[in-house]
Amino acid sequence: MIKGNFIDNLPKVYGIYTGGFLGFIIIMAIGEQMGMSAKAIGIAFVAFTVAIYAIIGYLSRTAQADAYYVAGRQVPTVFNGMATAADWMSGASFVAMAGGIYFKGYGYMALLVGWTGGYVLVASLLAPYLRKFGCYTVPDFIGTRYGGNLTRFLAVVVLTVASFTYVTAQINATGTIASVALDIPFQYAVYVGLVSILLCSMLGGMRGVTWTQVAQYIVLIVAYLLPVFWISNKMGAGFFPHFMLADEVARIGELEQQFGFVKNSAADLANVPKGLAGITKAHSAVNATPWAFISLALAMMMGTASLPHVMMRYFTTPSVKAARKSVGWSLFFIFLLYSSAPMLATLSKLSLIDPSLPTGIIGKSIAEVQAIDWYQNWNSANLMFVSDFNGNGTLELNEFFMGGKAVVLATPEIAGLPYVISGLVAAGGMAAAMSTADGLILAIANAISHDVYYKIIDPKAETAKRLVVARVLLVVIGFAGATIAAMEIQGILGSVIWAFDFAMSGLFFPLVLGVWWKRANKEGAIAGMSLGLLSGLGYLIWVRNGGSGFLGITQLTFGIFGSAVSLVAMVVVSLMTSEPSAATQKMVDEVRVPSGKSILGRQH
Amino acid sequence: MSKQQQHWEKTRGLLIMTLAIWFIFSIGIFLFGAEMNEVTGPFGYPWTYWFTCQGSLGIFVILIFWFANRQEKIDEEFGFSEREDD
Repeated sequence: MIKGNFIDNLPKVYGIYTGGFLGFIIIMAIGEQMGMSAKAIGIAFVAFTVAIYAIIGYLSRTAQADAYYVAGRQVPTVFNGMATAADWMSGASFVAMAGGIYFKGYGYMALLVGWTGGYVLVASLLAPYLRKFGCYTVPDFIGTRYGGNLTRFLAVVVLTVASFTYVTAQINATGTIASVALDIPFQYAVYVGLVSILLCSMLGGMRGVTWTQVAQYIVLIVAYLLPVFWISNKMGAGFFPHFMLADEVARIGELEQQFGFVKNSAADLANVPKGLAGITKAHSAVNATPWAFISLALAMMMGTASLPHVMMRYFTTPSVKAARKSVGWSLFFIFLLYSSAPMLATLSKLSLIDPSLPTGIIGKSIAEVQAIDWYQNWNSANLMFVSDFNGNGTLELNEFFMGGKAVVLATPEIAGLPYVISGLVAAGGMAAAMSTADGLILAIANAISHDVYYKIIDPKAETAKRLVVARVLLVVIGFAGATIAAMEIQGILGSVIWAFDFAMSGLFFPLVLGVWWKRANKEGAIAGMSLGLLSGLGYLIWVRNGGSGFLGITQLTFGIFGSAVSLVAMVVVSLMTSEPSAATQKMVDEVRVPSGKSILGRQH
Repeated sequence: MSKQQQHWEKTRGLLIMTLAIWFIFSIGIFLFGAEMNEVTGPFGYPWTYWFTCQGSLGIFVILIFWFANRQEKIDEEFGFSEREDD
């Protein structure tokens, strides 16, 4: 039912789906008016959307290798763009990014530039060529281009390190949202999240993930944009916030001048619950050195171009041409959310700190603030805190603290929007985290099942057996990720940024030079991947243990060091050893031409 | 020079141009972030702030579509573009 005529009917199918989802929101809104409880609305939103994804996952089940690994290579450009956008925008983008901008301002906005600029590298350097290659996985390209099992295996190692770092954060995010929406303890909620994730990917592999990701994109973009527009209109800030918030941005600057950034003493700060932050940085002023900004943006851009779960989305398009266009559509769909995050941060901040607005709390008495309903809710969720440090009875800017997640999760409630919006936001966050987790777990499981099991251990394995191995791995990796996520070792955002650094340390230059430098050979690739990953990891461990670092490279940008080592190692070792065989050079020539047969067969 | 080499020359030229534009809007302008932010830009936002919120991001979207179209033209010129039913 999903084949052939399903592809032709895609716009209709997803049109009906979108209409149905909007209808569901309206039904919930009516339910709220009729006295449906906040908790029931939250459960309904999460359960309804997850059930839909599970149905799509079931309908997309398959027993064919090319459908399982690359969705049969027939995903149309625009839909692949939506799926990539969902694959890309994780719990970090949806829940944490606006909060990061809210607290850190300019220095943090390097992530916006980095997480979008990377797609230019994807489109121009890699995606079309890897699509022409016809590989199932990223290590498939490395292993065939450079030859030998060791290169293939090293690529799997880098992929696994980067993607696994990333996926624990996503399972953590699904767990957080599930635990709030369903009101169950986090340790169990993590596994509820995991089961939802596996429902989408287990039966249909890449095909199932593709069609659920499109559905998840629609949910997450509605859930992000609707509150931003609504709040902006409600505050009278402008009906199209993106073009109309200049006065609000300027007003925040004025208020910051008026209040000043008072530094709290260490003793005062010790009372603030862990994970909450105050407003200590200017909203729109340039508060970071050029290198701090540029190095973070650069690390994120090169990381984007090396993350296998993104790259493999472009293996699913029908042609090389479609792969290029599809990158553009992906970035367009990402742009819709990313350009809204700073607007949400602006509206959220102004509504709280402007004393002339009814929602403003700065300048009110502490007792008055503590009596507000939403303050009590979010305070008990450990996401908001006020304290009268200077004892004057009035709330000052430096006496107000909030968790980064609260900017997205709590702003609708603070602005006085109905609870149905909060339920919608929870469903959106769940969709964002689930779609990314699916892409990542599938990337790891596919690499191990296709590249390690099929290509290295048992090249004679039959398709049915390969797909059983792939599915078993999917479950094992998912559970491993959930177990680590349940331990709550690090925050969502930090581990996401590390994943980018790991990926760029080990994979950026071996991938790029594989297409753009014919002379790159096997020995060079081995040196590039292993030394790149090891030096990046070494630098991270060194800085984490009190090392001073150099050139302003921090634990968030260690990939710059790792990839530099990788580049030097790869070039030097390649030049010191013999050039690749004539057959390999011919293969590179063929990759550079869009027309003709792919290098690897349709089924391999 | 063979057809294939000429095609690759042009492709490389396009890559360099694309990466140059990419470099300007992802790295170049932020060397002057502080100075640029003093000036009011589109929709009344300070320039640097606008670039980080919308400007650079939007330019990247346009850049990728422009690149894809140019590359298609190059492929067609040398007869390397794929058949539609491919």
